[in-house]
Amino acid sequence: MTIDLKTVKHISKLARISLEERKAEKLADDMNSIFEFIEKLNELKTENVEPLTSIAETTLRFREDKITSDNIREKILKNSPEKNDDFFVVPKVVE
Amino acid sequence: MTQITSLSLFELIKNIKEKKISSNEVSKSFIDRSEKSKKLNAYVTENFENCLKLSKEFDNKPNFDLKLPGIPIAVKDLFCTNEVRTTAGSNILNNFVPSYESTVTQNIWNEGGILLGKLNCDEFAMGSSNETSFFGNVQNPIAKDLVPGGSSGGSSSALAANLTPVTIGTDTGGSIRQPASFTGTVGLKPTYGSCSRYGIVAFASSLDQAGPMSKDVKDSSILLEVISSFDKKDSTSIDYKRNNYSSDLTRNIKGIKIGIPKEYRVDGMPDEIESLWKKGIEYAKDCGAEIIDISLPHTSYALPTYYIVAPAEASSNLARYDGVKYGLRSYGESLIDMYEKTRSEGFGEEVKRRIMIGTYVLSSGYYDAYYLKAQKVRQLIKQDFDQAYNKVDAILTPSTPSSAFKIGEKSNDPVSMYLNDIFTVPVNLAGLPGISIPAGTDKNNYPLGLQIIGKPFDEQTVLNIAYSMEEKINYKNNITDWWME
Repeated sequence: MTIDLKTVKHISKLARISLEERKAEKLADDMNSIFEFIEKLNELKTENVEPLTSIAETTLRFREDKITSDNIREKILKNSPEKNDDFFVVPKVVE
Repeated sequence: MTQITSLSLFELIKNIKEKKISSNEVSKSFIDRSEKSKKLNAYVTENFENCLKLSKEFDNKPNFDLKLPGIPIAVKDLFCTNEVRTTAGSNILNNFVPSYESTVTQNIWNEGGILLGKLNCDEFAMGSSNETSFFGNVQNPIAKDLVPGGSSGGSSSALAANLTPVTIGTDTGGSIRQPASFTGTVGLKPTYGSCSRYGIVAFASSLDQAGPMSKDVKDSSILLEVISSFDKKDSTSIDYKRNNYSSDLTRNIKGIKIGIPKEYRVDGMPDEIESLWKKGIEYAKDCGAEIIDISLPHTSYALPTYYIVAPAEASSNLARYDGVKYGLRSYGESLIDMYEKTRSEGFGEEVKRRIMIGTYVLSSGYYDAYYLKAQKVRQLIKQDFDQAYNKVDAILTPSTPSSAFKIGEKSNDPVSMYLNDIFTVPVNLAGLPGISIPAGTDKNNYPLGLQIIGKPFDEQTVLNIAYSMEEKINYKNNITDWWME
């Protein structure tokens, strides 16, 4: 199986990473060599194997649904690239 | 007295407790040496002034009951540190200053440790040579233009060069053990769930684990005791009785059964690694261990499995970097345009490659063929270890298939770079503890490491075997300070 340029561009859309034509070609080459290496897994029959979803053999803990932090609005907004009063600012999304 | 910076953590603690040296003197010594070692490029952010201030405060009101009394420690720049810039080696977090502290670093400060600075690493811990860092290559103090390993490359370099007495790294596929092996130092990846992941910049959450890096085994046991804790803030943190790793440390490993997995004898492995492994087996026997041949039949499938699971989790974890709430933002006409440009400019090539692979294997129509398949093979790899541990207490392997390579040697070939982690990745997939200890050198005099893998939560046995073998191996790094002016 090979990953073509069209697929690379589609994936880059899904991943929200803009890609120049030249870089897309290089990325397609890299991905193909990596997937060639990954294809080795097809040698194994795994129909009857349970997938391992978590290595920690524990069930997720429950906790009370209550607020544990004080007013941390300032702290949260501190690192934002653009803010206006108490809001994050993003480019216009509605016409 | 020998130079302060060449003392072990254990010796430093002893000297401070006996009031032979002050925390401020110790801090000054490591800062002076760090200032003269800029060529290594081990630090991303220095915390020197603050460190001196805190060390004075400690000396004015010392508490010698603490486990790390007034000890300055530099940490990998993947741990969030309150009010101190945390970059994860990425342009996208270049200006990020967390307003909270990772649990592992908080544990260190609670025991009297003082932050010396933040150490360089591969971008988002994705790399095996520190060459993917936005902040540039790190030099290995062993020789010029040699990589220090990765992703905890700034940590291994700073440690081997005596810029910090001990350090902490993170290990997703070998990122503590491989750099330790490349720099002649000790690096321990604990059992998954042992050290909290809270406040560590996430890479692959089912594999990531923090651990100690040190000049000898005893120091790792001291640091592990501090950083390993149950933490409610990490949903996969495990509540179990932890040992007093340093006081329980013993060289008596008589009768311990150590397995030698035949599948780790890989094609094209240099003779030097093979003979190092054989020597290691002899050392283990000398220490009183019983050697047993074992089989881990799915070993060769570990790397392909890892290169599905890790990028898949990374693509999901790194979705948060969108230029809205924190981190870099690039200008875009629309919201989507802004996202795409921010991520394109903010992430480096290797990170983008892995996000792309991860997005692909999780995308509609490919999930079963790749991600589900990899999770099934991961189960088989874990079962290999479960079965082996019915017969043995621990496993001995080489840490890496080669010694440190030159900067630039492998950076254009992702697959050859990935092969570096061939012996370390299975341990992460199975969630086991593993340590790398220096065990010899190759023909260039570059260090080589041996890895000891243990049962889940049995860090003590891993440490004891390492402690016992370390004495027999008696390895000493030969570092000439070539980088100093």
